[in-house]
Amino acid sequence: MKSLAELQAIKDKMKDKVVLREGGNETRVVVGMATCGIAAGARPVLNALVESVNELGLSDKVTVSQTGCIGICQFEPVVEVFEPGKEKVTYVKMTAEKAKEVAEAHLQGGKVLTEYTLNEGEL
Amino acid sequence: MKELSLNILDVAENSVKAGASLTQIQIEEDDEKLVLSIIDDGCGMSEEVVKAVIDPFYTTRTTRKVGLGVPLLKLAAEQTEGSLTVTSKTKEEFPDNHGTCVVASFNKKHLDFTPLGDVVSTMTTLIQGHPDTDFLFTHKIGEKEVSLDTRELRAVLGDVSLGEYEVIKWIEDYLKEQYAE
Repeated sequence: MKSLAELQAIKDKMKDKVVLREGGNETRVVVGMATCGIAAGARPVLNALVESVNELGLSDKVTVSQTGCIGICQFEPVVEVFEPGKEKVTYVKMTAEKAKEVAEAHLQGGKVLTEYTLNEGEL
Repeated sequence: MKELSLNILDVAENSVKAGASLTQIQIEEDDEKLVLSIIDDGCGMSEEVVKAVIDPFYTTRTTRKVGLGVPLLKLAAEQTEGSLTVTSKTKEEFPDNHGTCVVASFNKKHLDFTPLGDVVSTMTTLIQGHPDTDFLFTHKIGEKEVSLDTRELRAVLGDVSLGEYEVIKWIEDYLKEQYAE
């Protein structure tokens, strides 16, 4: 059975990490979580990203967060990647599986998966 | 929405956006009925806004002119011959006792009842996205009760964010264990 003592142990372990993360030079991954995103399946996409980023050991340089409606509801679930000094990358019609691929290829490997990105011509 | 838990995630986001410091998510069910309450201490809405919020053509969002969160929950309730009510007290009129309460009731035996689905995932998603606000979750199933109070966790964690991966995983396991008991 999970106990609050276990949570205390997590806290003690995390203390040092909190200081490390003050860097600021990090990649931001944002998932649209308004009604449109949620209805289209954004919840498993977000969870897959959070999990992959941690499993790949990227949590010190990548943060995964949630936002409201991005305004392209027909392309939901939408994931935006903001890297310092680079142009924003918008992944559309995402699934948990695609999210894992993006985490490995793009967030870890630095290669944009263009087959999942939004093309200007589609708008 | 494929699961009621997704409606919960969606409507609870409104509470956070309304500046709630505590959002309570209560589910009470037996064999026949399921009652869902989402209660927050956010800025509240005037009577006029409450009426409008149930209407699909009303939203505070600026990217589009329609908001479907509450109407979709209402639809899910009404298609089981259940109901949805929204009551609210504005911060201006009730400075010490403001907020919004959304209550939806469902007939579980109805053919069009949407299953509750993965409510644990809804809670971890809410907490991951809004680690600085508190959530009180209670799910009563007959005699059984599953609960989570982020205020208790916050007291233990101190400076460590509730949004940390290890904490979110702990919360997930903590809830799953309670359901499995």
